[in-house]
Amino acid sequence: MSIKTEEMVLNMGPQHPSTHGVFRLKLHVNGETITKAEPVMGYLHRGSEKLAENFIYTQFIPYTDRLDYLNAMTNNYIYCAGVEKLLDWEIPERAEYLRVITMELNRIASHLVWWGTYLLDIGALSPFLYAFRDRDICLDRLNEISGARMTFNYMRIGGVKWDAPDGWIEKVKESVKELRENIAEYDRLVTGNEIFRARTIGVGKLTKDQVINWGLSGPIARGSGVNVDLRKTEPYSIYDRFDFDVPTREEGDVFARYKVRIAEMHESLKIIEQACEQIPSEGDIIHKKGARIMMIKPPAGEAYTRAEASKGEIGVYVVSNAKTKPYRVKLRRPSFVNVSILQDMLVGENIQNLVAIFGSLDVVLGEVDA
Amino acid sequence: MELKGFQESEQYDPRVMQDINRSVFFTKVEQLKAWSRTRSLWPLTFGLACCAIEMMGTGAARYDFDRFGVIFRASPRHSDVMIVAGTVTAKMAPVLRTLYDQMPEPKWVISMGSCATCGGPYKEAYSVLNGVDKIVPVDVYVPGCPPTPPALLDGVDLLREKIRKEAKGEKVTDQ
Amino acid sequence: MSQEVLDLVVEKVHGFLGEEVLAFEEPEPPAEEPEEEEKPARRKKPEPKVEKPADLNFGRPMIILDSKKWTLELAKMFRDDEELQFDFLSCVTGVDYEEHMEVIYNFYSTTKDHYLYVKVKTPRDNPSVVSVEPLWKAADYMERETYDLFGIDFPGHWNLRRILLQDDWEGHPLRKDYITDKKALGLD
Repeated sequence: MSIKTEEMVLNMGPQHPSTHGVFRLKLHVNGETITKAEPVMGYLHRGSEKLAENFIYTQFIPYTDRLDYLNAMTNNYIYCAGVEKLLDWEIPERAEYLRVITMELNRIASHLVWWGTYLLDIGALSPFLYAFRDRDICLDRLNEISGARMTFNYMRIGGVKWDAPDGWIEKVKESVKELRENIAEYDRLVTGNEIFRARTIGVGKLTKDQVINWGLSGPIARGSGVNVDLRKTEPYSIYDRFDFDVPTREEGDVFARYKVRIAEMHESLKIIEQACEQIPSEGDIIHKKGARIMMIKPPAGEAYTRAEASKGEIGVYVVSNAKTKPYRVKLRRPSFVNVSILQDMLVGENIQNLVAIFGSLDVVLGEVDA
Repeated sequence: MELKGFQESEQYDPRVMQDINRSVFFTKVEQLKAWSRTRSLWPLTFGLACCAIEMMGTGAARYDFDRFGVIFRASPRHSDVMIVAGTVTAKMAPVLRTLYDQMPEPKWVISMGSCATCGGPYKEAYSVLNGVDKIVPVDVYVPGCPPTPPALLDGVDLLREKIRKEAKGEKVTDQ
Repeated sequence: MSQEVLDLVVEKVHGFLGEEVLAFEEPEPPAEEPEEEEKPARRKKPEPKVEKPADLNFGRPMIILDSKKWTLELAKMFRDDEELQFDFLSCVTGVDYEEHMEVIYNFYSTTKDHYLYVKVKTPRDNPSVVSVEPLWKAADYMERETYDLFGIDFPGHWNLRRILLQDDWEGHPLRKDYITDKKALGLD
């Protein structure tokens, strides 16, 4: 005799601790199996793109911070790079290095937040405390150079706002050593854990075709064997000067994404170390015009620029009509595209795997909703 | 404090009197309740935007919210403080109000960051509610974008002060 | 590199559309191919053109099409053609140019490592562009977002609903003539 079950609609969110924000999932479940998942978003839609049209070019930089607030430096960078492309400006050497160092520090901070909160979601409390301790090391360095802990507003069109304070580079070097030890220790602490492995290995598999067709990028793509890292395949800024690997894994499950992110933190440390060695000790930090002109007027035209954020491919499409305000700024937010896979990959999954899968996508809601 | 219950206090041994002065004190039940409440404020984990990460940071190792008895709860039914950390949009506002209504009395609201306070940088945006105080009563406003963890700690401290003062019967103006 | 890709794409599109035209409109010989429709825009800085909104795209091949010419079959050709293989849809952008609207698709080929930007023009009243969601799933949310904020219709999309704003929101905020009145919405 078979037990009769019937479908039930379950609501998860918008206030749910494991979404790290305001995200809602309408789940249709049959017993323990998800038959349909419908993501509902927009609870944090703040209309950044509309605001951009009413500001002069420089004024929009702080708003890019607040999209992906865990990885604000890359957002700053991509917007500035997009406008610089229209202006055809050359960025001073020292500014490029400062950009790379801050971006990579921020990437580590972002991945550490993911690491801590992800393990918190699947039931381990103490990694969260460790991760935030180390994240504060990164944030201290960024605070010293930019004056803010999270929303830096550090980059400017044509360069960066502040030069590094005295002894900052040395401090970064020390932090890199400390972080390297700590991250390796965390790897030892968690990765071999039997419960953790049981919850992650073989869960939430994504194939290569799925990844490409759904437009996924970042560690999710690299965890499924798609070797795309824009720092390597399409080097922007000065990434072609550094020696680093792109960690890729073939399995495509949650564990693979976890391993990719851990490895990526080590690669970022490598980049920071090399950049600290190579950075010229003096020089301009902003393009001559950028330092002087407040009302930047790019020539009419449009450009799409993309870069590798910690969540994936971030892009900006700037349309200029030769006025002081942008005509249109479109932001390609990686989390927004990455989250769309949920409606496909959750179907047929057991409900207990939901949090493990959702967390592994590393979605930031500020970025999903713009 | 004057011990009103002991009218003929000179009859006692001065040493006993000293002991009583030191170890017995009188208060109102209201104040005692307020005192205990200030020592265990349980906020709802209600992260909306950037401020939520700083709120998490305050709860983590370096700033250690737990030492003030502040422990985050995931359910509104368990919590007595709502920290509105982030931008409240038109879509989110009804949800926020529902959550507030689900919290048991007594309850307080901390508006964290400039977005929750007045709309902040998104004041002109078409979908943002300019200030959470339009839908729920706010007790403490914490400025900043986002406020640093010490600022949030200060906000919680102000809330505790407010709870104590209100229990004494003093009027606390909005600040 | 990009010039080669552009030539290749233009050749393919001509071949493709020419065939289509022949099949449906008998009297017109291939000489009447829709040459004017797709103007390959290349980086030519000195001469700013008047009516065309953009001619700067930094060495990346870009073609401009009318929404009538942009069909699912053409998109399928972009994806499945041996030499093109644009399998990764990077970004979908809507732009309101006041006299018309545009949807811009940024394609990338992970196997061939080349780019293609397709601008699809559509009239401002009753804007409609064929959805590529059946081919690239990545377009699912991005087209819904464009619909939500611009009001551009995407026939062929499986679930074209508002995504970021409430279902009962009036108007499309990113259109240039949208007036933000927060008092009326009860937000201020």
